[in-house]
Amino acid sequence: MDSATIPLDGNSAAGLFSEVFSVDLTVARATCAHCDAEGELGTLKMWAVEMGAVLRCPACGDVVLRLTSTPNAVWLDATGARSIAIPRA
Amino acid sequence: MALISRGFRGRRDTTKTDRLPPGQYETRDFPVLSAGPTPRNPIAQWALTLRGINGQSATWNWQEFTALPRLQLKTDIHCVTKWSKFDTNWEGVSIDALLEEAARRGVEPASYVMAICDGGYTTNVPLADLTGGKAMVAFIYDGKPLDPEHGGPARLLVPHLYFWKSAKWVRELRFMASDRAGFWESVGYHIYGDPWREQRYTGDP
Amino acid sequence: MTASSGLTTPRIAWRVATVRAVRQETTRTRTLFLDVLGWPGHLAGQHVDVRLTAADGYQTQRSYSIASPPEEKLIALTVEELEDGEVSSYLCSELRQGDELELRGPIGGYFVWRVPDGGPLLLVAGGSGIVPLMAMLRHRAAALAERTARQAVPARLLYSSRSFDDVIYRDELERMASNDDSLRIVHTITRDAPSDWTGARRRIDRAMLEEIGWPPSDEPRIFVCGPTPMVEAAASALVETGHAADRIRTERFGPTGS
Repeated sequence: MDSATIPLDGNSAAGLFSEVFSVDLTVARATCAHCDAEGELGTLKMWAVEMGAVLRCPACGDVVLRLTSTPNAVWLDATGARSIAIPRA
Repeated sequence: MALISRGFRGRRDTTKTDRLPPGQYETRDFPVLSAGPTPRNPIAQWALTLRGINGQSATWNWQEFTALPRLQLKTDIHCVTKWSKFDTNWEGVSIDALLEEAARRGVEPASYVMAICDGGYTTNVPLADLTGGKAMVAFIYDGKPLDPEHGGPARLLVPHLYFWKSAKWVRELRFMASDRAGFWESVGYHIYGDPWREQRYTGDP
Repeated sequence: MTASSGLTTPRIAWRVATVRAVRQETTRTRTLFLDVLGWPGHLAGQHVDVRLTAADGYQTQRSYSIASPPEEKLIALTVEELEDGEVSSYLCSELRQGDELELRGPIGGYFVWRVPDGGPLLLVAGGSGIVPLMAMLRHRAAALAERTARQAVPARLLYSSRSFDDVIYRDELERMASNDDSLRIVHTITRDAPSDWTGARRRIDRAMLEEIGWPPSDEPRIFVCGPTPMVEAAASALVETGHAADRIRTERFGPTGS
């Protein structure tokens, strides 16, 4: 089985998140815009690590979050999340 | 300036060749990179559609598609993640052949194409970059049926652009009057993606 | 993101670490002991990103779990040398005492355990997945030794290895368990068990997890770490047994992991 096609956890995106956000996002809670499933970003399935982070809902498989780090900017697409709640420390 | 790691060379051929675009290194592997799980739909349900700007479409099922005239291509491929692989062998149906068939069925083309794939991936390419034998819908790699992890049953192949444009699991080529950003292009990757001008990211000249 | 006044470096910047020592753990795994200038401290279960740069500028990076507990000054990374591993072969064979290494961290707030989080604690490890769980066990032991924990958090480790020789930290785990009634360690060997091996000889499955773990009514905190297929199987089995999904934390070692 090719391990490159098996997803990692959202907590593998922690390093990427930390380039922009000073809070730890892996414990933030997101609600999937497609199926309303709710959970910590650390539980999302992460794909395409070499190009960025594509985080998918573990319940329905839809993309919840996309994050890329390019030399010119960090890009975040959160349209797949109805909401994201970042707990206070 | 990053710290140089003493004694580290990385696993790649350090011989610079004319065939390497700027910033790339050669690999002998064929790395797999996917934005989602490998789709595994039965071939009996596979279809490829060319959708015109006028709403007309032409669709081929697997038997019809694989009966179309074939093109063979031996080419280098370049991934934006910096690896390049030389002399890869592909076989498929050229976009020219598809366009010719589609024209007979009344499909009106346009200057840009969005490739739409099983699993939801998309990428945009100008029509001019798909014609003249430059591109195909490939279903045979290295003499064998294209592996699902590498985009099988069929993927778009546009080897003169960064390989994220060679969309895996392609199901539809949709014509558009103006260019629109696909999956990666909408989160920071270059709208065109020419490896020889090192157009990796949005904002690169 | 601008650094607030008073900070000279943002918290997650690339730092230079000096290799103070290396220790071969098994034929294929080695621990690096790193002195990281300005290390902000970490929690058991977190990891670092390690970045290597060749003389022509070629760069690559990988994530490695921290094996040392927060109580120790040097940061320990235990690296498994993968067949054809570009970074792991450098870290296991080339890197030596006195060399410098670039890393950033600590990273991750999801897969962490602190003594105050309580238990009981069930740790499930596959191969090199033991590394972050070892940091948790070492943290637990350090808290006991320093008497900062009134009472030991009961803990159990279920650890799967391919062979007896592949068991990382074997002697240390044995010492820990022999000195501590509230810690139980169970090994399973999946491929080459020695002839006198009396333990389990199969992959971690639901029966094993039910036998060794606590019942769902005890509400254990569960951490599972290892190769993705193993983690998926163990996590599913635990949920099937009745453990609440939010009591189970997983970390999968995929292509960018150690």
